[in-house]
Amino acid sequence: MLANRKLILAHFWLAFGVFGIALTLGAWQMFIRSPIGTWLSNPELYYRSLTAHGTVMGYVFPTLVAMGFGYAISESALEQRLVGVRWAWTGFWLIVIGSIMAVIPIAMGRASVLYTFYPPLIGNVFYYFGVVLVVVGSWIWVALMSINLRVWRKAHPGAPVPLAMFANVAGSYLWAWTAVGAALELLLQIIPVAAGLKNTIDAGLARVFFSWTLHAIVYFWLVPTYIAYYTLVPRAIGGRIYSDTMARISFILFLVVAMPIGMHHTFADPQVGAGFKFIHSAFTALVALPTLLTVFTICASVEIAARLRGGRGMFGWIRALPWDNPMLLALAFSFVMLGFGGAGGLINMSYQLDASIHNTQWITGHFHLIFGGAIVIMYFAIAYDLWPHLTGRELFDVRLIRTQLWLWFIGMIVTTFPWHWVGILGMPRRMAYFDFGDPAIAPQALSVTFSAIGGFILLTSGILFLVVLARGMRAPQADAGPYRFAIAVHQPATVPIALNTHALWVALMIGLTLTNYGYPILTLALTEGTSVPAVYVGAQ
Amino acid sequence: MSAEETHGNGSASAEVAARVERRWATIAVIIIVAMALLAAFAGIHRATMPQPRVETTDPSRIHLSGEFVESNLGSVLEANGNVTVRAIGQQYSFTPACIVVPVDTPITLRATSADVVHGILVQGTNINTMLVPGYVSEQLMRFTRTGDYLMPCQEFCSFGHEGMWGKVRVIDKTEFADRAKGGGRLSCVGQ
Ligand SMILES: [Cu+2]
Repeated sequence: MLANRKLILAHFWLAFGVFGIALTLGAWQMFIRSPIGTWLSNPELYYRSLTAHGTVMGYVFPTLVAMGFGYAISESALEQRLVGVRWAWTGFWLIVIGSIMAVIPIAMGRASVLYTFYPPLIGNVFYYFGVVLVVVGSWIWVALMSINLRVWRKAHPGAPVPLAMFANVAGSYLWAWTAVGAALELLLQIIPVAAGLKNTIDAGLARVFFSWTLHAIVYFWLVPTYIAYYTLVPRAIGGRIYSDTMARISFILFLVVAMPIGMHHTFADPQVGAGFKFIHSAFTALVALPTLLTVFTICASVEIAARLRGGRGMFGWIRALPWDNPMLLALAFSFVMLGFGGAGGLINMSYQLDASIHNTQWITGHFHLIFGGAIVIMYFAIAYDLWPHLTGRELFDVRLIRTQLWLWFIGMIVTTFPWHWVGILGMPRRMAYFDFGDPAIAPQALSVTFSAIGGFILLTSGILFLVVLARGMRAPQADAGPYRFAIAVHQPATVPIALNTHALWVALMIGLTLTNYGYPILTLALTEGTSVPAVYVGAQ
Repeated sequence: MSAEETHGNGSASAEVAARVERRWATIAVIIIVAMALLAAFAGIHRATMPQPRVETTDPSRIHLSGEFVESNLGSVLEANGNVTVRAIGQQYSFTPACIVVPVDTPITLRATSADVVHGILVQGTNINTMLVPGYVSEQLMRFTRTGDYLMPCQEFCSFGHEGMWGKVRVIDKTEFADRAKGGGRLSCVGQ
């Protein structure tokens, strides 16, 4: 069914290739700042590495996974050849060129501003151009997903859009609008200064623009994972989706409420007033809703599979699940990490509790658990699931796959739990090294060491993952058949128009963003005298 | 049970499914509303609220005139017995690098940045605020025990970030009052 395997494989290989590099950098960073590896006393190299790690993991890697998976969904769920293949390749090459353009100034130490930019720190202009090209490349994908759905709708008037594609397009719209915040910051504020046209910048306003992107981007990373929860897991273990409607509602809720909440990242900032901080805090609480709905629906879907396999009793069915199935294993690990990470997120969401952990290692622990843990482990599962269909060969290393997933889960726990702990003790993040000789810091040495060990467990797991995929490219040929998605217990014959189209929800998303961001941005933009001199990084 | 059977008694099982779903959705909504109310209550009742006003200041002029000139930085005992602390962050230190305050006293910290974005965090407390150039951060604080607290910069501010550690020294009330007698701005730098 997949006509454009090369296109999809190119996205996945590039995604996982750069992921491997960024993962290595991450492990190295944790090693040199721990008490076991204090040999490097050059923070400059550390921050180059940190910028590369964040830029790849935050922008390039998840975007490519979403794009590759999105093309696969478009072809297989709609059972329709991808429209606009040439444009898709153009988008891909824009991302390749953008990544290279960004990485050169990073490697030269001319763009150590981390992936969150931090104006008035200003790096080399090509770094920002590179990031812009990556985003533009991904916007081509957004347009293609929309166009492909439209073509399908024309051919199937009134028919329910397959769930996977409905969610995929919702995710692409979310990304398109989310990226606008950082795009405005880059185009209106940073790039003019980096290009030498201006030499002052409003750092407070820039932080508000960035917060627009910074939170909803997490939900963009999350969408492929949730698509896998709903449409791959039940099929892989012989179950059914408990409720197609609930799934659609969850994705719509992400689309609408993930956007207008980013100001919780500025809880401790002086340029945002108390009122908007409270509104964004309340909205942040609301995004727990789609996740709570999903946890319920997926547990119920898994239970259906277990009962179909003869599982009985209140909890006895859990034993009947196919625990040697990698997809189920990935799901279980993902849920555990989502549980811990989500609980941490509820703490961050409250202004009062956030004060004790704001910008500490707790935050690093929190988002590594959610993104690196709960989300990325499902990216692995997606790749494993799709690979035979992309290569026409069987993935036979099932035991190795299980080991890889176990190592990822253990590595993530060993890395992030100590981070949460030292965060509560007040250890700041983004430090190139710590003075463990200081008696006040010495007690944290053990926790930092554990995190470093966790980093190497993760690196081992990442290498195994690449090995499995590479070996899969050379396995004996086997026909995997058409790529299928799980169907619901009650597969809908018709779906209400609100749950079958996106227009209403996109309008709501934009409207809510304008109410939640419009006034603060406007006041900041109109306040005089808040622009400050730029500080150029690496300039002599 | 096969798929056909599931569809066979479709309407009954669909009803059960819908009921269970509704119940779960209701629970989820209740949890979220309760959380929001809790946050609102904690904020109003315990007065842990973000600074209400947005204040601006020009970082290129702060050392020349106004509130943050060097001679005005440090701790000062106000007429009403409260203490005001003024500080700035710059690459890669705080001024003053050691802040001295009395125990059991309402303290207002007013701080800003002279160059890039920094952050002030006092370990072992809830004192945690960003310093954004161009804006004044205000934070209320109160210490319940004497001693030294580490005060790292919690926001990346370029290559020297990891070296940016200040200190807060909380001393006895009468000792502070003694030292504040002559007026002027107190700090514990070099002590
Ligand atoms: Cu700093």
